[in-house]
Amino acid sequence: MTTPLLQVRGLTTRFRTERGTVKAVDNVSFDVAPGETLAIVGESGSGKSVTALSLLRLIPNPPGVIESGEILFEGKDLTKISDAEMRAIRGNRIAMIFQEPMSSLNPVLTVGMQIAEPINVHRGTPWSKAMEAAKALLEKVRIPDAAKRLDTFPHQYSGGMRQRAMIAMALACKPRLIIADEPTTALDVTVQAQILDLLKELTRETQASLILITHDLGVVARYADQVAVMYGGRIVEQAAARDLYKNPRHPYTRGLLSSVPRLDGDTSKRLVPIEGQPPDLSRLPAGCSFAPRCKQASSECLKQQPALRERAPNHLSACILDAIQ
Amino acid sequence: MRNYVLRRLLALLPTLFFASLIVFFTVRLIPGDVIDLMLSQNDVSADKMSRDQVIRALGLDVPIWEQYLRWVGSIVFKGDLGKSLWHSTPVTEYLAQRLPVTLELGLIAMIVGLLIAVPIGVYSAMRQDTKGDYIARSFSILLLAVPSFWLGTMVMVFPSIWWGWSPAIEYIKFTEDPWQNFKQMIVPGVVLGAALSAITMRLTRTMMLEVLRQDYIRTAWAKGLSEPLVVLRHGLRNALIPVVTLVGLQAPLLIGGAVIIEQIFVIPGMGLLLLDAVNQRDYPVITGVFLVVGVAVMLINLLVDLSYGLLDPKVRFR
Ligand SMILES: Nc1ncnc2c1ncn2[C@@H]1O[C@H](COP(=O)(O)OP(=O)(O)O)[C@@H](O)[C@H]1O
Ligand SMILES: [Mg+2]
Repeated sequence: MTTPLLQVRGLTTRFRTERGTVKAVDNVSFDVAPGETLAIVGESGSGKSVTALSLLRLIPNPPGVIESGEILFEGKDLTKISDAEMRAIRGNRIAMIFQEPMSSLNPVLTVGMQIAEPINVHRGTPWSKAMEAAKALLEKVRIPDAAKRLDTFPHQYSGGMRQRAMIAMALACKPRLIIADEPTTALDVTVQAQILDLLKELTRETQASLILITHDLGVVARYADQVAVMYGGRIVEQAAARDLYKNPRHPYTRGLLSSVPRLDGDTSKRLVPIEGQPPDLSRLPAGCSFAPRCKQASSECLKQQPALRERAPNHLSACILDAIQ
Repeated sequence: MRNYVLRRLLALLPTLFFASLIVFFTVRLIPGDVIDLMLSQNDVSADKMSRDQVIRALGLDVPIWEQYLRWVGSIVFKGDLGKSLWHSTPVTEYLAQRLPVTLELGLIAMIVGLLIAVPIGVYSAMRQDTKGDYIARSFSILLLAVPSFWLGTMVMVFPSIWWGWSPAIEYIKFTEDPWQNFKQMIVPGVVLGAALSAITMRLTRTMMLEVLRQDYIRTAWAKGLSEPLVVLRHGLRNALIPVVTLVGLQAPLLIGGAVIIEQIFVIPGMGLLLLDAVNQRDYPVITGVFLVVGVAVMLINLLVDLSYGLLDPKVRFR
C-alpha cells in the first residue's frame, strides 16, 4: 500500500453563532492516496465546504475555528505549521476550485494575470514568463483564442469558461492535491459534464489527487475512486465508489441513491427523495442525527451517536442497525 | 470615448442654463442694496452723481429680465462676465487670478484627504474590531466633529505661541516661487482635507469590509498570497470605486470649506473674493464666482465618471 498523500484525523471545526456553537465538521477522518479521487457527498449544509476550507485553513475566524484533529500532508501537520508555511502550500501544493465561478474571479484583474499570479508568487517567475505559462494553461483548459483571452476580464467570460479559467489557475503550480468544491453546481447542465471530464483528465495527466465535493451521487459514479458520505457534519459512510454503489449500507446513502437517476440504466425504480429537512446543527439530537428522517429508526437510534466502523472490508458505516444485521 | 465626453459636455448645457437662472436671480434676493452702500461709503455726492445716475451707470435701470439677457448674452458671445460694480474691473480678470489659487488649495486638500483616509480606512477594515480599528474610527469621528474653522484657528494660534511660527501674511504666487507657495498652502490644505477625510475614511473601511467578504478574496487567499497582496492587489481597487464617487461629490463641500479656510489663512482665492463681493453686493462678481464654481463641480463629476473606466473594467464609454 502506498502512503496516503493526505491523512485527515478527527478533524473538528466549530462556528460560534448567536444560537451557540455549531460543530460544522465533527470528528472527520479520511485518506487520499496519490492520484486518487475522493468524492465527498452530502446534502447542502452537511459540512462539505467547511471540511474543504479547513484543509487549507481558510475558515473565517471569527466565527470559525479548527478545534481539533490532524491534517497530515506531505509529512506536515497542516494544523500546526506557521502561517507562512501554510501560504507556501496554498495554491502551490494544494489548490482549490470554488463553487461560484461568477464571483470567485476578481472582476478588476485580467484573467491572465490571475492565472499567472500563483506562478509569480510561489516560483518567483517574472510576470512576462508567468503570463506565457498562463497562456499555455488557458490552452490546456481549451479556451479558444487563449492569447487574446489572456488580457480580458472575467465579465467577458461565460460561466463555463470562468470555471475553466479557475481550473487553469488551480493547475498553475502543478499541485499534488486539488480540492474542487461543487465545481459545476452553478453551471448549465450541458457544460457540467465537460468541466468534470476536463478536471478529471487534467488531474490524471498531472497525477494529482482530487477531492471532488458534490451533492450529486450521480457524478460520483463516473469520477470517484473513494466516496465519503457526510451528514450533519459527520461522515456516515465511506467506501470505494463501486462498492458504495452496489452495497450502500447506511440508510441515508440508500436514500440518496434512490433519489438520483441510476447511471447503470436501471430505470424501473422510481426516484424517491428523502423526506424531511437536513438537521439543524445547533440542535442535533442526542442519538443518530439521521434518525428523525430514517424509516428504519428505532428507539435505540435515539440513545447514542453511532460510531463509524468497518462493517465490511474497506467499507465504513455509522449505523447501529448495520451492526445488528 | 471621445464621443462620450462630447455628449456629456453637451448634456451640461441645459444644466448650465438653469444654474445661470438660479444664480442670477437668487443673488439679487440678498437683502440690502448696492446703491445705498455706494452712496453711503463712497463720496459719490462729490461727483454730483445722483442716485439715478449711479443706477444708470451700473446698468441697473433696465428691467431685471433684460439685465439677465444682457448678462447671458455677453457671456455667450463675448465670454464676458461683466464688470465689478465698484472697481469696474472685468469679473473674468478677478476669476483668472483667484480660481487657480482655490483649485490649488482644493487639490491639496483632496490629495491630503485621500492620503489620510485611504490607508487608515484600509487598516481599520483589515483589523476590524481590534484596538487599532477603534482608535482609527474614533479619530475619524474626531475629524468629523471638529469644524475646520476651529482647527484652522488652532493651527494659526498655537504654533505661533509655542514656536513663534505663523503663516505668512503675504501670499506668494505659485508662479513666483513654487516651493514657498507650497509651504504656504500645505497647512490650510491639510486643515481642509482633514475635515473631508473623515467620511472618506469611513466609506473606505465599509467598502473594504464588504470587499474582503467577497468570494474572489477567498480565492486570493487560497492561492497562497500574503495579506498585503490580498488586501492591496485584490481588495483595494474594488473598494475604491465608490470612494472615488464620494470624493467627486465632496467637490462642492471642498469649495464651501475653501471660503472659510481662505478667510482664516488670508489666501486670495475664490472664497475671499466671494466674501468681499457679497459684503459689497457686487452682483456681477457674485454671479461670476457661482457660475464658475458650478461649472467646476460639473467638470469634476465628469472626471469622476471617467475615472471609473480606469478602476472598473466593466465600464465602457459609449
Ligand atoms: N461562516 C459561517 N458562520 C457560521 N456557521 C457556518 C459558517 N460557514 C458554515 N457554517 C455552518 O456549517 C454548516 C455546514 O456548511 P457547509 O460546509 O458550507 O455545507 P455544505 O455541505 O453545503 O458545503 C452550515 O450549515 C452552517 O451551520
Ligand atoms: Mg458547500
